[in-house]
Amino acid sequence: MSGRHPVTTIDLAEVSLRELNQTLHRAQHGSFRVLNPRGAHAVACGIDSDIRVEIDGSVGYYCAGMHQKGSVYVDGNASTGLAENIMSGIVRITGSATMSAGASGGGGLVVIEGNAGARCGISMKGVDIVVGGNVGHMSAFMAQAGNLVVLGDAGAYLGDSLYEANLYVRGAVESLGADAVRKEIRPEHVQTLSNLLEEAGMEADPADFHRYGSARNLYNFHIDDVDAELAGITS
Amino acid sequence: MCGIVGLFMKTERFQPVLGELTASMLHEMRDRGPDSAGFAIYDQGRADTTRITVLAEGQRPDWSRIGADLEAALGAGVSVRPIRDHAVLETAGDGGRARQWLIDNFPDLDVLSYGSQIEIYKEVGDPDLVAINYDLRSRSGTHALAHTRMATESAVTTNGSHPFATGADTCLVHNGSLSNYNWLRTRLERQGEIFQTENDSEVAAGYLAWRLREGDNLKEALERALVALDGFFTFAIGIKDGFAILRDPIACKPAIVAETDDWVAMSSEYRAITHLPDSEHAALWEPAPGVIYTWTRAA
Repeated sequence: MSGRHPVTTIDLAEVSLRELNQTLHRAQHGSFRVLNPRGAHAVACGIDSDIRVEIDGSVGYYCAGMHQKGSVYVDGNASTGLAENIMSGIVRITGSATMSAGASGGGGLVVIEGNAGARCGISMKGVDIVVGGNVGHMSAFMAQAGNLVVLGDAGAYLGDSLYEANLYVRGAVESLGADAVRKEIRPEHVQTLSNLLEEAGMEADPADFHRYGSARNLYNFHIDDVDAELAGITS
Repeated sequence: MCGIVGLFMKTERFQPVLGELTASMLHEMRDRGPDSAGFAIYDQGRADTTRITVLAEGQRPDWSRIGADLEAALGAGVSVRPIRDHAVLETAGDGGRARQWLIDNFPDLDVLSYGSQIEIYKEVGDPDLVAINYDLRSRSGTHALAHTRMATESAVTTNGSHPFATGADTCLVHNGSLSNYNWLRTRLERQGEIFQTENDSEVAAGYLAWRLREGDNLKEALERALVALDGFFTFAIGIKDGFAILRDPIACKPAIVAETDDWVAMSSEYRAITHLPDSEHAALWEPAPGVIYTWTRAA
């Protein structure tokens, strides 16, 4: 817990979710502790300043959705859409997340210490997601940019129809989705992976991971390849 | 959307408060389905008595005459207990025959359930009011399923509300929508299943009832269902002495399971589980897509 500012405690057994979120939106700095979330939806959504929020218990849908700048820590599990559309900052949970964690995230870091369910990182656009356990089926579906790091296993159809995101999996991959392939890990990938593992506070050897990405064989790439080649972009 | 919940007691400890706990779960799922609600409650019952829950939507029929006519048709005594526009008929006669006879002779009635342990109630309107109107909180029992409905595939009527049951002591609640149900309904009708609504979920209930009647156990029936049913579904399923959860292989429709030594609960959302006793110590997981989970009570 940060010592620079007093911690404001907000008990969801006593105040409404709207009051909580309005308090967080008005704050420009400081630390907050949220009690009794009891699976409520949209807890700590839309944060747009450098505040720190600790949530003591499990949350429902869209926790820390549309997140920017600050940090949200959940001591518990999260339901659908954890940190969906995150643009910057950190969202971290000690437990597991269900479907669509980090969906459409444009930046920032999402750390899930437990498992993530189906479609983790679906349509991710630059967010980095580090999962301590496994991810469910169709993770990184149509992922466009960013890194998904999985210390455990990945479910079926990993990286289906993805564009330019990098997927690093330490364990087994049940199956790859359309146009997803295993790729060589070059030194710059090892560096990225090391940095992400360190930022996420996860103990793992980058050498134990495999990298997966797009084979760029789907229809859209036949058009885009022309520009990519002209620009000297290679995989 | 739609919200579903199921609560199965593994021990006797919380059986006296089954209805209370189920009502609190149903309450949390209100905003997933404000159109209508329904619940199935299983209690110990008596092996020699079949209960038939009948709905006369918005009507007050002459239940005693219906009871007397059924008595004559079955050649067995029938008692009648009306509750709002529902009635529970009790008989020592054959429940399957009673269901068929009621459907054939009283087309305005819907037979919601039959069996030695199950009763089903459903109504249009606020799920909390449905629980109050049919006195859910006072009920004890072994397991219960409940549903809050946001209608997509058929009209907002009581008979389109869940749970659905076509076979003895077998019912399900469904979040999702099936796409091949018309074709499947026709096929099941050829096998002798009788349907009373246009609803997709009733077809899934009929499919399970048919497989169980053909001799499948619950797990076998659900393995076949995974192949036969096309569409989106998270199901919670009750049979006389068992409980099951099944999600389609894409698993778009949410589900969470919590289990302690005394109970197992499933719900569309975690918040419905937070009020259950010892829930903070429950094992908690998301049921995997296309995987069959079953619990049965030792006889």
